[in-house]
Amino acid sequence: MTSLKQLFGGDTRQFGMIFALIALVVFFQIMTGGKTLTPTNMMNLFNGNSYILILAIGMVLVIIAGHIDLSVGSVAAFAGIVVAVVMRDWNLPWYMGVVVGLLLGALIGAWQGFWVAYVGIPAFIVTLAGMLLFRGFNQYVGQSTTVPVPQEFRYLGAGYLPEVGPVTGYNNLTVLLGLALCGAVIYLEMRKRRRFEKVGAQPPAQWVSIVKIGLLCAAILYATYLFATGNRGTSFPVPGLILGVLVIIYAFVSSKTIVGRHVYAVGGNRHAAELTGVQSKKVDFLVLMNMSILAALAGMIFVGRSTASGPFDGVGWELDAIAAVFIGGAAVTGGVGTVVGSIIGGLVMAVLNNGLQLLGIGADMTQIIKGLVLLVAVAFDVYNKSQGKRSITGLLMKNFGNQAKPEVPTDTKKVISHDATVS
Amino acid sequence: MDNHTILEMQSITKEFPGVKALDNVSLSVTAGEIHAICGENGAGKSTLMKVLSGVYPHGTYNGRIVFQGQEVQFKDIRSSEAAGIVIIHQELALIPELSIAENIFLGNEPTRFGVIDWDRVNASTQELLARVGLNEDPITKIKDIGVGKQQLVEIAKALSKSVKLLILDEPTAALNESDSQHLLDLMSGLRSKGISCIMISHKLNEIEQIADSITIIRDGKAIETLHVKNDGVDEDRIIRGMVGRSLESRFPEHTPDIGEVFFEVRNWTVAHPRVADRLVCKNASFTVKRGEVVGFAGLMGAGRTELARSIFGRSYGNFKSGQIFKDGKEIHLRNVPQAIDHGLAYVTEDRKSLGLNLLDDIKSTTVAANLKKITNGLVVDEDQEFLVADEYRRTLRTKTPSVNEGVSKLSGGNQQKVVLAKWMFTDPDLLILDEPTRGIDVGAKFEIYGIIQRLANQGKGVIVISSELPELLGLSDRIYTIFEGAITGELKRGDADQENLMKLMTASRKTA
Repeated sequence: MTSLKQLFGGDTRQFGMIFALIALVVFFQIMTGGKTLTPTNMMNLFNGNSYILILAIGMVLVIIAGHIDLSVGSVAAFAGIVVAVVMRDWNLPWYMGVVVGLLLGALIGAWQGFWVAYVGIPAFIVTLAGMLLFRGFNQYVGQSTTVPVPQEFRYLGAGYLPEVGPVTGYNNLTVLLGLALCGAVIYLEMRKRRRFEKVGAQPPAQWVSIVKIGLLCAAILYATYLFATGNRGTSFPVPGLILGVLVIIYAFVSSKTIVGRHVYAVGGNRHAAELTGVQSKKVDFLVLMNMSILAALAGMIFVGRSTASGPFDGVGWELDAIAAVFIGGAAVTGGVGTVVGSIIGGLVMAVLNNGLQLLGIGADMTQIIKGLVLLVAVAFDVYNKSQGKRSITGLLMKNFGNQAKPEVPTDTKKVISHDATVS
Repeated sequence: MDNHTILEMQSITKEFPGVKALDNVSLSVTAGEIHAICGENGAGKSTLMKVLSGVYPHGTYNGRIVFQGQEVQFKDIRSSEAAGIVIIHQELALIPELSIAENIFLGNEPTRFGVIDWDRVNASTQELLARVGLNEDPITKIKDIGVGKQQLVEIAKALSKSVKLLILDEPTAALNESDSQHLLDLMSGLRSKGISCIMISHKLNEIEQIADSITIIRDGKAIETLHVKNDGVDEDRIIRGMVGRSLESRFPEHTPDIGEVFFEVRNWTVAHPRVADRLVCKNASFTVKRGEVVGFAGLMGAGRTELARSIFGRSYGNFKSGQIFKDGKEIHLRNVPQAIDHGLAYVTEDRKSLGLNLLDDIKSTTVAANLKKITNGLVVDEDQEFLVADEYRRTLRTKTPSVNEGVSKLSGGNQQKVVLAKWMFTDPDLLILDEPTRGIDVGAKFEIYGIIQRLANQGKGVIVISSELPELLGLSDRIYTIFEGAITGELKRGDADQENLMKLMTASRKTA
């Protein structure tokens, strides 16, 4: 268990979600007669969900810090329309449009962060207000009409890695990307084994590492194969690439840096964090600002994909992002959650959506099923916690790695006699 | 006193996965007595009480419970309360936003035609409050009265349920001396009215004072039951039972090596965070020397914690005026990070809500206050983190299988060691320890005292705030007394005793 835990950086709930994800994919692959794992479908899945997953990255940090952000859909829509309008009216190139969008996101985030962190209004209220405000701004700026964006900008939301190098029958960049990822997986695993030795601990059995590397590389190579062998002109989608880069950056920041530690500390126990020297207001401000920047980015990607910005972009996105985060193992009370877990949670929802669509199940049933999945996933976790038991997946996995021994009761007698003789 | 037995717990065994929490424990309580249960943290006292009150329902343990001559099988707390057994937990279960009366009758409201009969609620509350000697309006909100009075409300609530056996878990842990005394008097009052009490407490002097009999539990086994009057029990006798041998000294031997004054606070004045014209610190001035343990004595609410926290980066109250000098230079500590950078450390009195992130594990808690030290570039070095935490685990003898464990799994004493490790890792010059041994058993206390003395020997200044005067007297080289936010006295080791400290703690400067 420990080794998988270290791989995915989370609790048993996340293994559960990984298995659920794999099971779902297999289920739909069989039920749709092989229509799920096709290059086109996978590309659609990534293109159509990357913006929700990007929101989930920001949202999990907000939720870990003990807040919530309901405004992300409206912020995305506002950023989208502003970018579309400035590119049309001021003739800005696409990259300047992106810069304008990100700056606007930062500004909006600063506004919301200010009210939450420095005025002390609950984020629920501030972002509920923001949801109305920025939806209104979107419709004001766009005059409730749709504004198209230039061709180059569409690359951001619907582009693919270009064809370069010799004609191999595969998309070369995608193949390289896949191989690089495999290399990284192997390197990181080796490094982790070395770390165990460095701190004088017993590394997990060798076969655990080999199985882990094998499984992960197989998954990556299969995905690479799918993405590299699609129709001519398609390959790994650009939004997927942006998402991947963001996941790596944010997973790193949240788990390996001081800022990341501080976000968890504030969510876990705000007062204790403050008395430990964490400036909790700054943390609140940063997570909300970051969320709005990512929302602006998600809005731009969506606009790129749908070729135009409209008055109803991003409606309901906040709920999808929040659902992804909670399915991915975050706690409503804060302090718990991971970036990778939220992405898995988001993918579960995405695969569910996609699979049900392929099966021709209507929007009504899809909504009902998604609602139940969210409820059951969290209920399962709450139930397990209240019983003090491992989850079912936890039990299945318990032969992996070392099990924690129960705490040895304090043998005060020995301690005292020891101290007495020492002093 | 009549001698019939009200409660008989026979051969109770309770197992948790991997741990036998109670091993064949028997307990017998006579009607109208105060029966103390002593034992270290983790000895099984609370587990035994949870079995008795139905928190662990019948069937989850082995053994029989006979109450008032009948075998009882409680399903939950409700069924044990219906039988007349009421447990009052250490963490009070009152709702701050509701009134005293509402809290007392919560879940048990008298109704008339289906509507709560408030006249009856308030009248009965008045009566109950009179019985516990609490002079408060029944419509006062719980949040507006102190912890001592809240404890009395809990007892009034128990009385409203026609209690026959009252269980008090650490009833005086959070109370000051006078509130504790009031509570103990109230317990003897209940005893004379035929209500039996079981009392779990670490405060041996109180047990010695009030209990009729004492059952000592060690490692899940009932070691012995002592009758206070017949057996001539004193504190040392109880300690001997708890740890299995007597302690020659409750404080480690220590020769102080005191240097120059290096830390000084002058005319420190701080206002209450919400009530602007109420001062919680009034013109307080004090000094700390290198290698010195300085005690701060004061009743609860006297302003000890407020003083400490306002110095520690203004983390409490509104700063009004005052100066801090360190090594002769004035320093300005406007927030906690600045205080840490200037070599201050503050260990809070309230470990669970202010000291620890209970979701966190030991290793990341240990390094939390000084992450910079183990950060290379951007990356927190997790190997360093593990090694540092493991080093502290060994030197402080924290009982845990590994530093990867969550802090919530540790006992109070071991949690406190982790908190101390966290601050030791910042390598502070001045440690402020607020109630460093609250809720910690005797053995761990001894260890914490040892750590404090070692820190002083390294040339650090240590401020110890404590409600337990024997602890302050045993530990401190010098003691300041605080009353209503002002420092009312300063006594050197040797000059101080419980009596003159208490006088200074309760009188203002003028009458002292």
